[in-house]
Amino acid sequence: MENNIIIKLENLTKIYKVGETEVNALKGVSRSIQKGEMLAIMGPSGSGKSTVMNIVGCLDRPTEGRYFLEGEEVSTLDKNRLARIRNKKIGFVFQTFNLLPRTTALENTELPLLYSSVPSKKAKDLALKALSAVGLEGRELHRTSQLSGGEQQRVAIARALVNAPSLLLADEPTGNLDTKTGNEIMEIFKKLNQENNITVILVTHDPEVAQFAQHRIYLRDGVIVRED
Amino acid sequence: MNILRTVRVSMRALGRNKMRSFLTALGIIIGVGAVIAMISIGEGAKNAVEERFTSMGTNLLFVRPGSLSFRGRQSGAGSYNTLTPEDAQALMEKCNAVQYVSPNVSGRVQTVYRNKNWNTSIQGVSEKFTDIRKWVVEEGVFFDENMVKVGAKVCVLGSDVKQNLFEDEDAIGQIIRIKKIPFRVIGVLEAKGESGGWFNQDDMIAMPYTTAQRRLLGIDYIQSIDVSATSTENTAKAVAQIEEVLRIRHKIAPGAEDDFNVRNWSEMAESASESMRILTYLLGGIAAVSLLVGGIGIMNIMLVSVTERIREIGIRMSVGAREKDILLQFLTEAVVLSVLGGVLGIGVGIATSRLISHFAGWTTLISLGSIALAFLFAGSVGIFFGFYPASKASKLDPIEALRYE
Repeated sequence: MENNIIIKLENLTKIYKVGETEVNALKGVSRSIQKGEMLAIMGPSGSGKSTVMNIVGCLDRPTEGRYFLEGEEVSTLDKNRLARIRNKKIGFVFQTFNLLPRTTALENTELPLLYSSVPSKKAKDLALKALSAVGLEGRELHRTSQLSGGEQQRVAIARALVNAPSLLLADEPTGNLDTKTGNEIMEIFKKLNQENNITVILVTHDPEVAQFAQHRIYLRDGVIVRED
Repeated sequence: MNILRTVRVSMRALGRNKMRSFLTALGIIIGVGAVIAMISIGEGAKNAVEERFTSMGTNLLFVRPGSLSFRGRQSGAGSYNTLTPEDAQALMEKCNAVQYVSPNVSGRVQTVYRNKNWNTSIQGVSEKFTDIRKWVVEEGVFFDENMVKVGAKVCVLGSDVKQNLFEDEDAIGQIIRIKKIPFRVIGVLEAKGESGGWFNQDDMIAMPYTTAQRRLLGIDYIQSIDVSATSTENTAKAVAQIEEVLRIRHKIAPGAEDDFNVRNWSEMAESASESMRILTYLLGGIAAVSLLVGGIGIMNIMLVSVTERIREIGIRMSVGAREKDILLQFLTEAVVLSVLGGVLGIGVGIATSRLISHFAGWTTLISLGSIALAFLFAGSVGIFFGFYPASKASKLDPIEALRYE
């Protein structure tokens, strides 16, 4: 059972200093996440869900507590090691897509491979494959500005997938999309989770979106208040 | 991320803002161009001066009366006529490092040929003059020892004088009048060209010094002695021998100052080319300031670019770019800009230097060294001024960068 745990959070706390005042964003969050799980983190704004996301995504470190990713304690690693882990093990999908402007879908998808010494020929193959996995064949050479919102989010998913990560993090992935397109995007996540056994963590405040996940945890004021 | 890929990524980033990239590089283009053009002017001037000097021979010495070098302390007519033709003769006989000597007198005269007249200088010299100055007689002949001995009324024209008095007419055998005295033209000298602007060697008439003394100037002393040493290496030895012989002849007590002065032409040449070298440094230095200003332009634009691309930096960091990768990317952009600017600047510099030599008529010389220097300088400017913005970019916090609007 222990082998199947991909993420283990032990009593995470996070204190931000904003000028003179300290903001206690997380007050002890503990949770293990199974490999292949699809989990939604819910809660109102200011509940600490983005902070959990940033720590799990290795963009930030907890003030106290420990975080194990695939058995390795990452809460103490320096910035460069965290960057390596983001590059190898984690794929991000953001609410605002966060694609590079004036660049093609293909170039955007190749971006993570640029930082992992994959030869450019192979990088292109992997990127094309990832784009086809999200249903964007034939649109590889379109620029960001020529793509619709849904297509842009698909490119973002392809970019998150291209390095074959063990963990996919999505921060309000449907927030900027209409319901129909949002559902299509969620179907892609579900498919990736079920068919490719990729662990998916969603941050959302939309209960409908959260229904796509197997489990939901609810955060309020920096602690987990409920789970189902 | 390897260097080639980084360069490609940088080129793509610069290509997204072509106009701005070009304007940024313009500072470097102008800077490098100015450095190359300015150095080419300096080097050209230096080269021209050196060429003129060596064309007169590197083993050339001048003996002059002392008052010239002790101006202010020791002037007066008396000190001007200490040199005699016998002094010149003695140098020839007693100094084994001396090859040829030519007593020299000169003056300005009005010359007349038919309806044309021309104001020029006469050089009274010996028959060895052409050997000492390495000068070729283009038409006719130079006067010989006998003509010097008897003070023959013959003359050899510098090419400018020939042109002014005779134009295309044949001058050999014609009679010109100098102070109403008729002189037969027996030769015309080859043109040497202006000596870097300070005097025109071709605007003069050479004649036996004896003739010039008696017929035109009315003096029995000589004004200077041109000497050639047996070789360039022997010039110092020749100077020493000349000083020894003249001190004895002029009965100068040991410890007393010479009443004459020996100048080494190659030393004068060196000091002239040294001053040209200083001119080159000066011009290059002034131009380098503009290169520096161009560098500041790069820093300015890179800072703007970093601010504009904070979100891009955040995206790159979120997919795994390390500090080092971001630093390298922005640094490479700055260096690519300055190196491209450098390459274009070399072209601009060469073109400018050509235009200057074409329109202003100055000699310019583009050396590979100056190109390499300007190019390396441009590259270093890119690294130096690109570093601060690049380091600023690499220090960004990924979370804040991603959130940046």
